[in-house]
Amino acid sequence: MSAVASDGAVLRGENLSKSFGAVTALKDVSFRLEPGEVLALLGDNGAGKSTLMKILTGFHKPSSGELFMDSQPVSFQSVRHARQCGIEVVYQDLAVVSTLSVYRNMFLRREITRGGFLRVLHDKEMRRIAEDQLKRIGVNVPSVDVDISKLSGGQRQAVAVARAVYSDARVLLLDEPTAAMGVRESAQILDLIRRLKEEGGVSVIIVAHNYAQVFDVCDRVNLLQNGRIAFDCRTKDTSIRELTDLVVNEYREAQQQVRAS
Amino acid sequence: MTVGNEDSPAASVRPVSSPAYRYVNALRKVLHWRETGILLAVLALFVYFRFSSPYFLTQDNLGVIGQYVAAAAIIAAGEVMVLICGELDLSVGQVYALAPFIMYFAQHAGIGLLPAVVLGLVAAALVGLINGVITVGLGIPSFVTTLGMLFFLNGFNLTISGGYPVQPQGSGMLAMVFGAQGGAIEILWAIGIAVAFQFLLMKTRWGLHTVATGGNPVGAAEVGIQTGLIKIGNFMLCSTLGGLAGVLDAFRIGSIDPLAGGTQIMFMAIASAVIGGTLLTGGSGTVIGALLGAVALGVLKDGFTILGVNAYTFDMILGVAIVVTMFMNVRLNRIREKGGKS
Repeated sequence: MSAVASDGAVLRGENLSKSFGAVTALKDVSFRLEPGEVLALLGDNGAGKSTLMKILTGFHKPSSGELFMDSQPVSFQSVRHARQCGIEVVYQDLAVVSTLSVYRNMFLRREITRGGFLRVLHDKEMRRIAEDQLKRIGVNVPSVDVDISKLSGGQRQAVAVARAVYSDARVLLLDEPTAAMGVRESAQILDLIRRLKEEGGVSVIIVAHNYAQVFDVCDRVNLLQNGRIAFDCRTKDTSIRELTDLVVNEYREAQQQVRAS
Repeated sequence: MTVGNEDSPAASVRPVSSPAYRYVNALRKVLHWRETGILLAVLALFVYFRFSSPYFLTQDNLGVIGQYVAAAAIIAAGEVMVLICGELDLSVGQVYALAPFIMYFAQHAGIGLLPAVVLGLVAAALVGLINGVITVGLGIPSFVTTLGMLFFLNGFNLTISGGYPVQPQGSGMLAMVFGAQGGAIEILWAIGIAVAFQFLLMKTRWGLHTVATGGNPVGAAEVGIQTGLIKIGNFMLCSTLGGLAGVLDAFRIGSIDPLAGGTQIMFMAIASAVIGGTLLTGGSGTVIGALLGAVALGVLKDGFTILGVNAYTFDMILGVAIVVTMFMNVRLNRIREKGGKS
């Protein structure tokens, strides 16, 4: 075991399974995430993407199988515990509060405060750091003082990503980062992911439905089908074409099954 | 920068430093305040009644307005906190009646005025705790929880009092602080509390998490805010303020009535909060706005009374006035949002 364990992966899952009663959502899934790598986790609705993601965020516990961070076995007790271990999630709903300003959203739950038990917000400091941080990863917002509701979908996503990165995340989980977004905004987000990759330091898992969009920014692709990882390949060794064929084949099989029954 | 800005054509043709531009800019800033709408409404009401009656702007009458306003404004401050985190407290009017009775009984049991007041407020906070724990813990909508609490406390107040009013006891400095000498001191309490709670809301972590809890409950939980605790805490704050308003009014009026307050003052407080710019749906609000909302309602009530409007007609006018004030506020908010886009 130790020979496999000291392999340098930031996050590794071995034989992860999850069942809810009689329903098996995840069957014997193994995956690995290298430092600085961008991994795409692709799959159809119900393929097990969100179950796997919820195991990684500590929301679910796997029925069997093990997780390793830096080759050490970990068992996340809660979402908070996973976060403490350095796993940050940007959910599809972004978890931003539209009535709060950009910088207050960026520091939500990690506010810089002073004044003892009253916990008075140190707005000046938070504003400064937020501006810095957004500039560093190349996110353009009109001002960190405007309400989040005044930003475009892409800008909101960028703020949510910046927040996750700022929290010293080692593993960043992006849940459908380009869902419900226009082409231009999607491009902005993918650009941001590319810049994060260049900077290094953080490893990224992108959970996505639309593989054509994320294909370019990823180092490796894992395709989940029916609760298993059906395909694991470096992006430079595969193509959108090959992925499409895989998905279409699955679709045909499903169609035949429906007709047969 | 100013060119092509259709909001202020005047500004685009003048140099940036010109006084006109500065005025436009300042005006925009004022329009950005959430409280501007209700402030304009209050000013309009003051102007209208000033020219309708020579008695309106007299010192005596302003004192009367203060009496109308203070208790509702104090309760509204708490109600704003509860509304912002996405809940509602209907029982606070009964807490208003409960707290002074607890104080009265505590004094009869032989403890001093100050500990008796504290005990009354602790009882009020306890009601808020129960409201919060039932709402959060059992997942019952706060409308139902606090409606149940409203009826329960109403019966409870009548039971412990036997249905008869009593007189608050106490004199000297402390009783004066609680308003035994008249209405002026109570409005000071209301202003102080509004300022303190506005600070709590806008400048502290508690306030920020309150806004987050109401603005995006799922998201707030996802980033790790303990939304349940925030809600319970705000229910407690609201109830405590209800109790404090009750104690202050008891001293001012010189009587503790089991049927005082009730739904009347609760609805006044919620109306003040809402016309002041707090969303019923949560996520946004202002305590100063609620204070101004209470002033608007108080001025309406007082103004129409001075003008000799029939009491029946008065309620009809008040109803319309609430909706009109609200409408003005919503319109202004829209302008505000458009202005903020640039």
